[in-house]
This record gives sequence, structure tokens and C-alpha cells, in this order.
Amino acid sequence: MLYTNPQYRIMGDRALLVELGDEVDPGVSNRVRELFVAIKADPLEGVLETTPSYRSLLLIFDPLETTLSLLQNRVQQILQTLDPSQLCDPRRVEIPVVYGREYGPDLEWVAGYHGITPDEVIRLHAAHTYHVYMIGFMPGFPYLGELPESLITPRRETPRTVVPRGSVALAQGQTGIYSTQSPGGWQVIGRTPLALFDPGKWPPALLEMGDRVKFFAIDEEEMVSWDQ
Amino acid sequence: MGSVETLKILAPGPLTTVQDRGRFGFGQYGVPPSGALDSFSLRVGNLLVGNKEHEASLEITVIGPKIVALIDTLIAITGADLQPNVNETPLEMWRSHLLKKGDVLSFKGPRSGCRTYLAIGGGISVQNIMGSKSTNLAAQFGGLEGRPLRKGDIISSDSPARHLKAVGRSLDKALIPSYTKDQDIRVISGPQDDHFSAEAKEIFFGSPFRVTPQSDRTGIRLEGPQIEAKKNLKESIISEGVVPGTIQIPGDAQPIIILGETVTGGYRKVATVISADLPLLGQLKPGDTVNFLKVSMDEAYQAIRKMENMVAGLF
Repeated sequence: MLYTNPQYRIMGDRALLVELGDEVDPGVSNRVRELFVAIKADPLEGVLETTPSYRSLLLIFDPLETTLSLLQNRVQQILQTLDPSQLCDPRRVEIPVVYGREYGPDLEWVAGYHGITPDEVIRLHAAHTYHVYMIGFMPGFPYLGELPESLITPRRETPRTVVPRGSVALAQGQTGIYSTQSPGGWQVIGRTPLALFDPGKWPPALLEMGDRVKFFAIDEEEMVSWDQ
Repeated sequence: MGSVETLKILAPGPLTTVQDRGRFGFGQYGVPPSGALDSFSLRVGNLLVGNKEHEASLEITVIGPKIVALIDTLIAITGADLQPNVNETPLEMWRSHLLKKGDVLSFKGPRSGCRTYLAIGGGISVQNIMGSKSTNLAAQFGGLEGRPLRKGDIISSDSPARHLKAVGRSLDKALIPSYTKDQDIRVISGPQDDHFSAEAKEIFFGSPFRVTPQSDRTGIRLEGPQIEAKKNLKESIISEGVVPGTIQIPGDAQPIIILGETVTGGYRKVATVISADLPLLGQLKPGDTVNFLKVSMDEAYQAIRKMENMVAGLF
């Protein structure tokens, strides 16, 4: 739940962590987004980086231009005057996915683990609307929650050394999309033709914290001809 | 005069990349800072050749490349001592030199430190992506096509002839950092120091840790005594933003110092390296030992001001 008073944690001489709640929860996440949007709209002097995550906002600053106590006071003022009604609604983004076969090599295993058919896994995964809690791990990688309870699956025992870009995967109560090729231990159930990260575009990531995401199934032919 | 071809890579070394001060302001998209891990050496090298201090240079890791000058070019080598040579004659570090067309720069091997910086008068002409020329190896963008240098690569620089007059500039010997195999690193407790018992913290601050070969630009993995979190706590915390220099303690109770290639992390962090000592992290190599010294916020600010005043007073 949301803390009545934020907890400020010191991360060295150039970062302040503003912790707003104690769990992974849409309400806490919305509050983080409110504070994040307010600070982005009216940047704090000396702040180089504002990184939102599940329940906190990290402010990285230039220690020659501002101080921890100054920043903490400013954040406290902003929190007291936040007006959630001024915030735009989160964006809704639909993401096409080819499920199974070489695109989703763990689909069968996930189905077997839950004692359901692969089609049922696809139906469950695509029926739900997910909340983007955070972009992290790699540029453009969205952490999406919550998975329906019947899809909560452990990570792979042995992580893969190569997970292709665009892979749609799940682990515990979350689902995510590999935005660049990398090693990884999540269960891969499909792949999207969309580019989750493109350093040449603005903004560079397809998704941002707070977006709502829904997946829909496409077939291989549609994937090949998908207009990015 | 514009962009001119200055250097050609004859042999790249195992990991040579283009890095400037780093990429800031894109943490919300999961984009890490990257950038020179020893920012002090980057900045001084640039000033020695008459560049702006945050211009891109080549960051060379442990084993040096072999490079030929395509035109008269001013260079300076700072950071780790990998025994640079020009045409087989030793080259003094922390001083700007004129490479004549056809001169070959090579390195005899590491003597101290981990990363050396080759600054070029006129910098490195590559595209600025999200405000930086730094190479992001994991996502493959920035620098030269997002990859380490290869044999045959050509470096171009902006109006190199204009920089030749800075030849002979050198850093006062008293200011040259020494990289020892037993390095003290100053830290501030937190952000999750309350997750560790007084005893665990005593062990953390009282023991040497050895740098392991599993270290890279993402993090320095250490081995030493176990730093156990308080009992009743889960193995990980809810993921949150991190800053280079935070020291996280994963499930195996062995510290990892986060460097420049990640923006979030899910392990509790016992302490964070002060800004003034971040450049030293870039010079730690496998086998070195690290001792963490706890300092106050005041001491950290004094140290960073001292360093900035020193750099501001150069040349």
C-alpha cells in the first residue's frame, strides 16, 4: 500500500530514492507516475536523471549543483500539491504476437506446467490488460503485471544465452518483452514484430511506465509482413 | 575543415570502445549512462589535446590496440599504464604528443590499472545519439555502430590541425593518480543498509574484497566474506533505479559494484561509492583487492569539490 509519508533513501552523494509504497500495486505505481510526470513537466534544478520504478522514483543529480536536503524539500512540496486529476490517462497499446513454435519455445512447457493446452495459455495471456510498471533491465524492456494467477510460472532453471529481440516472455507474476537480443531466464511464449526500442526514434522506447498493454495473436505470415 | 580521417586501427585489442561522459536523462526508457568508466582520465586526456573535457575518446581495456596515424594528429594517453609506444619508443603518459603521419602507436602490456584512454585532438566524429557518443554494447548503438573497434576501422576527428598547438601539455606529476592492487574506496551507507545487521556491516567495512574475472562494464563482482542480510528478509527487493557505484548484495552474499550499463536492480544495496572515487572503479581489474571506507556526506562533498576545482584549474 501507499505510505502516508514517503520514505527517502540516500543512494550515495548524488542520488535520492523517493519510496512511495511497500508493494507492487497499480495504486502505488499510479502515485509514482503522478510524481514522475510532475517532475518531468517542471524539472528540478541539478537533476540529471529521473528513473521511475514499481514503487519509487530515483533522482540522480549533480552534487555541484544541488544538495540532497534541497531536493528532498522540493519533492516533499511537490507531493503535497500533486493534483492527480491533471494527469492524462495512460496510453493503451496493443501488441501483436506470434505465439508458440520457434517464436515461443517455452509455450508447451508453460502449458504442461499448468496442466492446460497451449491455446489456453495464449487465450489467458491475450485476454488480460497489463500495467507497465517499469522500463528496465535493458533499454525499452517493459515489466508488465499482473499475470492472471493461472499463468504464474517460475523462471527457466537454465537461462538461455540468447533470447531474440521481440521475445514475449513470462516469469512469476509478470510478463515482458525482450527489446534487444540478450541472455535471459524468462519463459518465452511468443514474439512480436514491433520494435520495443529504437535509439534513432523519439521517444526511443515503444512503451513507458504507466501505459496499459494488451496482446493479440497474429500468425507467421502477418508477422513477416508487419508494417513497423 | 570539418571531419578528417585521423587514425586507422591495425589491431583492435579485446575491448576498445568509443566513450564520452555518458548518456543522461533516458533512465525512464531503460537507457543506461554508458560512458567512460574512469571519467577523470577521460577529462584530463581531452584537456591535454585541447578538446572540451567531455569529448569522446577511445576506452581501451587491459590489452592495447595497434593504431597508425593517417595524418599529423595530437593525442594523449591517460588512465591505466599499458606501456604505450610510438614506433617502438616508449611514450610518456598524461602528456600530449604529435603523432606524425605514418607513426604507429602500440602498447607493450599492462603495468597498472585496467582502462586506458586515448584522447585525440578534435575528438571522434560519430553521431550523437540521445546526447552522447558513448557505445552501448548491450543494445548495440552509439560509438562506432554500437560495437567494439575492429581491424580496419578508421577514426575521424573534427578539425584536428587546430589542436596541434596544444602539443607538449602535461599534467603535473603530483596530480597523476596511482592505481594500486589494494585500493581504498570511499562509500556512503545506504540505501538499504538497514537490511543488514551491525555485525554484517562491520564485516563489510572491515574486510578486503577481491575483484573477480566475472567483472565487466555492467558491474564489478567481488569475492570475500559473506555479507548476510537480516534473516526474515526475502532474497530480492522490489526493483528500483540504481546509480553507478551502488554496491548490491545478491543471494550469494557477495558484493557487486554497479557500473555504467544498467539503470535498475532488484538486490538490496549496502552502500554507494562517493562521486570522487567513481573514476577509481574503472581501474579495478581481476585480482585487485578493495577496502570500503565509510565516510560522511560532508566528506563526500568536500572530495568532489576538491576534484572539480583541480580539473577546473588545469590548462
